[in-house]
Amino acid sequence: MDITGLVPLLIVLGAIGIPFLVYLALGLGEAVLSLCPPGPQRAMRPWLWLLLPLGLVALILIYPVIVTVATSFQDARAESWIGAANYRWAFSGAMLDVIGNNILWLVIFPVVTLVLALIAAVLFDKVSYEPLAMTIVILPTAISFTAGAVIWTQMYSFQPAGSPQLGTFNAVLQVFGLGPVPWLIQPVVNTLALIFVAVWLQIGIAVLILSSAIKNVGTEMIEAARLDGAGEWRIFFSMILPNILPSVLVVLTTMIIAALKVFDIVYVMTNGNFGTDVIANRLYYELFAANNLGHASAIAVILLISALPVALINIIQFRTEVRP
Amino acid sequence: MSKTARQSAVPLSSHGFIGLAADRVRGRGHLRWLVHAVVLLFVLFWFVPILALLLSSLRPQAETAASGWWMALPRPAFTATNYMLAFDQLRVAGSLGTSLAIAIPTTVLVILLSVIGAYALVRMNFAGRTAISLLLVALLVTPPQITLVPLLRLYNLVGLSGTIPGIWLYQVGFTLPFGVFLLRGFIASIPQELFESARLDGASELRIFRSIVLPLSRPIMASLGIMAFLWSWNDLLIPLLFMGGSSLPPPITVNLAGLVAQTTQGQGPLMAATFLSVLVPLVLVLSLQRHFVRGILGGAVKG
Repeated sequence: MDITGLVPLLIVLGAIGIPFLVYLALGLGEAVLSLCPPGPQRAMRPWLWLLLPLGLVALILIYPVIVTVATSFQDARAESWIGAANYRWAFSGAMLDVIGNNILWLVIFPVVTLVLALIAAVLFDKVSYEPLAMTIVILPTAISFTAGAVIWTQMYSFQPAGSPQLGTFNAVLQVFGLGPVPWLIQPVVNTLALIFVAVWLQIGIAVLILSSAIKNVGTEMIEAARLDGAGEWRIFFSMILPNILPSVLVVLTTMIIAALKVFDIVYVMTNGNFGTDVIANRLYYELFAANNLGHASAIAVILLISALPVALINIIQFRTEVRP
Repeated sequence: MSKTARQSAVPLSSHGFIGLAADRVRGRGHLRWLVHAVVLLFVLFWFVPILALLLSSLRPQAETAASGWWMALPRPAFTATNYMLAFDQLRVAGSLGTSLAIAIPTTVLVILLSVIGAYALVRMNFAGRTAISLLLVALLVTPPQITLVPLLRLYNLVGLSGTIPGIWLYQVGFTLPFGVFLLRGFIASIPQELFESARLDGASELRIFRSIVLPLSRPIMASLGIMAFLWSWNDLLIPLLFMGGSSLPPPITVNLAGLVAQTTQGQGPLMAATFLSVLVPLVLVLSLQRHFVRGILGGAVKG
């Protein structure tokens, strides 16, 4: 069957048919419950409602986590136990460079995003065309990392010195009489170039969170400080920044998780060549080119463990929010 | 209630501050111009790549090979050829269709199951509800990579790999912790009296859900919907892995990633395909910006 007929069919099935079935199942469950005495009815009802959502989460997230942890101690075909060999591999040889790149992403991406987003949030707050500026900065957050990578491949395009430069950055350099930079080929420069693509794509989220926090800082307090002659720097560092620290933490943790998972940009722009590989891309390689399930699982577990501190911070914040 | 108040205190939706314009940039004259200059530079820098994409997608092949996209400004020469090539040779129409067939059902199912889950978690009393909430918060940051090895095997075993319902299943399960998390604060803020009077009138649980929870949660459901659609539409990793071996056209992200590697078609058609792929999310965010912003602010775990 060709796709033109299949698309509407799938949409009707998935967006109308399945929701209808879900509702029907709830109704059926409620009908069965209503036959029970009130006590058991009240005890069982939450589980009836949570059955589908929790079942799906268990199938797609919890079960795979447990299996992956087990597989990370097994061989390439996931058939026999080989102890910690996959982890020894993950922290040796060429993998050290890959991990080094991830550390670069983990430090530089959140910090650059935070600093630029703070500048944008504070300065946008001072101009009358803030809504327009904000809209433009959040536009890239709607774009896929894949499309972002295509867009920036063109921005970073490189021709040998002497020929006309078609890439935006190298053309600007040429205007100032400087030589072209092979943005995506020269090691370290290329990882920084890839990181900046992610900054361009994600900064809107950070600006929104920080901007809303800044607007919640009391204006009376700031006006009073201004009347007392405090400078803008002083006001920012001693009044605004301390008040928005929770939001700063939110931005940092969100961006750290994004940096951990980064795959699309590296896969599309360099495919990990020229020393830009990151662990998420390496996992894809181990899974498909090398067919090594043990290696792939060990890499995945390292990613999960790196995300744990952020999960812990989130849990602590969630608890204080729910129980004030 | 304070949570909802904070969620609606969105910079873009309030119009109060425009009137204060003249007063807003303080300090001496040159400082004021510096602020404007930095803001304009910032905005320009964030807008230029999108403009470059649009112009490149419209330029004739000969122009693109000879000069950068900015030459379209002093020397405009536009053509629709790239778009025709993208449709004819790059299977872009089919790819957009596949992406829609993935993203629309995923969005609807994420919304429905999140409301059901959040309603049960927030409005029903039972042992273990705090534990489940905390588990979902912990799962918010799970990297998708941890799920790949077991799920690829499972999908192959049960025949879900290469199918679109297989992608729905994955994306819905993966997005649910966020959905429940986003909705729970909103559903908790619905006044308790509404539920009590409905129960006194003899309304069943299902009826309360349908006529109180669903209509009142509409704004936050719209926020979740737009985020779920964007994630699904923009996802590369999951369709790349789980759609292999399918006879359907690949979703647009997978198609684009493949096109970058083989440059036989030239830059123009690739840029046209890319612009078509970002058109849907851009229009969505521009027209539903208020909901999108509420989704981002409400979805951030904050203290």
